[in-house]
Amino acid sequence: MSAAIARPRTASSGGGNAQPAVGRKPFNVRSWTPLLYLLPAIAVFACFVVYPLIRTFILSASGTDILGRQSQFVGLRNFQRVFTDPEFGKIMLNTLLFAVYTVVPTIVLSLVIALMLNKESTVNRVFRTVFALPFAYSVSAASIIFSAFFNPATGLFNAIVQKFGGQPVGWLTTSQFALPAIAMTTVWMNIGYNVLVLLAGLGSVPDEVVEAARLDGASGFRLQWFIMIPMIMSQVFFLIITDTIQSLESFGQIHVLTKGGPDSSTTTLVYDIYMHGFANNSSNFGYASAEAIVLIVVVAIITLIQFTTVGRKVDNQ
Amino acid sequence: MSVATTTQIPAKPKAIKASAAAAMPSAKETRDERAEASSLSANFSHVRYVASKIFGLLVLVLLGVIVIFPVYYSFAGTLMQQQDIAAYPPAIWPKHGITWSNLVTAAQIIPLFRQYVNSFGSTLIITVAQVLTSTLVAYALVVLKVRGAKIWFTLFLGTMMIPGESVIIPNYLTISSLGLRNTFLALILPYLASGFGIFMMYSFMRQFPMELVEAARIDGASNLRLLWSIVLPLSRPAIASLAIYTFLTHWNGFFWPLLVTETPEMQTIQIGITQLQSPDNFNPGLVMAGAVLAVIPTLLIVILGQRQIVRGLTAGSTK
Repeated sequence: MSAAIARPRTASSGGGNAQPAVGRKPFNVRSWTPLLYLLPAIAVFACFVVYPLIRTFILSASGTDILGRQSQFVGLRNFQRVFTDPEFGKIMLNTLLFAVYTVVPTIVLSLVIALMLNKESTVNRVFRTVFALPFAYSVSAASIIFSAFFNPATGLFNAIVQKFGGQPVGWLTTSQFALPAIAMTTVWMNIGYNVLVLLAGLGSVPDEVVEAARLDGASGFRLQWFIMIPMIMSQVFFLIITDTIQSLESFGQIHVLTKGGPDSSTTTLVYDIYMHGFANNSSNFGYASAEAIVLIVVVAIITLIQFTTVGRKVDNQ
Repeated sequence: MSVATTTQIPAKPKAIKASAAAAMPSAKETRDERAEASSLSANFSHVRYVASKIFGLLVLVLLGVIVIFPVYYSFAGTLMQQQDIAAYPPAIWPKHGITWSNLVTAAQIIPLFRQYVNSFGSTLIITVAQVLTSTLVAYALVVLKVRGAKIWFTLFLGTMMIPGESVIIPNYLTISSLGLRNTFLALILPYLASGFGIFMMYSFMRQFPMELVEAARIDGASNLRLLWSIVLPLSRPAIASLAIYTFLTHWNGFFWPLLVTETPEMQTIQIGITQLQSPDNFNPGLVMAGAVLAVIPTLLIVILGQRQIVRGLTAGSTK
């Protein structure tokens, strides 16, 4: 893609790793002025990432009065309240289930789609665009469209269910259906992104590999399963991680479709942060910040898994 | 890829057909000797091959229809008469002709133009700012090799690990205490730089032909001049990808704009369209119209800028 510019890095071109530029006099302009170029970004990160990160920790160890003002130091009491809250277990379970309901179908479906679209042809180009379209839909637009489909009285889904002789379902108003319904909306929104990434991965599989596999008699399903999928494992893994993190951070679809209900069956960790911090003029920032730290820890663990596993994979190659 | 598929796939059935017709294997045409041992098994594998092709196509079409249906229906529903879209079961196409009334009504309920301006304005400023800050950082780290470049890079990358939702409370408090709630500034301030943007520009600049930069250096170009006349033009593909990606992300933003805006006049289009979905007086035509209004710019980007998007998306997944 960037073939015009990308070229193998030779010893003389150096490639720009930040090693000391020994013997390259014209480059050695290491004064403090280059730091100025970093300043705008540092200022933004300092104000809106580093400072709030520290403040989240402080808030999580502080009480909050009814106006949302920070009161006295309470140590770990907010965490104690979070972890002993009978609701919290349910919320973490919802968060986990939501991740499973969204990530597994998204990965499986987009793998099937991408493998079928891998061949270069006009039909496939049209299909690629078709499958990329949901990527344009914002969480808000997708959610209101699906809210129309889920509508118990006039929605399309119940029309289909009744057509096949079923009873109308309260998609968003029944505890057991609400979370899968939101997950379904999310899968639809995510398909485009996933297919695009996988197709890019498949496009970079060397022709010789496919050719060699064909000569060995692999074709159809066996070719896909034993050759193509292993070749794009790093993309699949990347998607599993990013899809999982994205599902943990989901907010809009829950807010638009169910507002966490019915009976908090669709309240996930992030939505509970919103509920305690902002919903119905609740300003329980202490409790919400303790939950935010749980979120940070969970995401950090997943990111660490990504770094260690992907790092190992690269070493193997 | 295309070489392998166009030469191989058509070759196989043709060879098998020929051997079946002659009831005698023509060994030169196929690679697999065993398949030609008997014409019966050749026939069978041919049937299986065609059947699997047809089955594959069917699955693909079915999935395609399912995936594109909400896209189609958001547009069809927007143009449908009440008697079609609000009927039960709802119509699938505008049986009674099309109408613009859903769009007109939507524009009356929410301050549509104003919200478009808010969305466009904030997204454009964020996009330009992120391209600028990311390019400056990457330039300083890769080309100018600022002291401690590795450490800086790790720190910038580290910001990507912090979920935005986890710092949303302190950020909200910051914006509040600055008196910026419900202002345009509130929409853009936290997003003027991004770890992802820095990562993308950094990875791209590392593949630069450094001889060019060195040559310009020897000619006595200053840092700014080098950035402007060498590095920026060379970075155009990466800038395009980053700009498109950032525009998509922030046009579609939801949580933060929801928190910091209060009046419909300050809300973005994404928040505005959710007001069209009132549970007590549910009007599906209106909802579809709102969705269409919100996605038209991004839909154009996804259709026209697919190449740049793929490059941007895969910046993190490959290499």
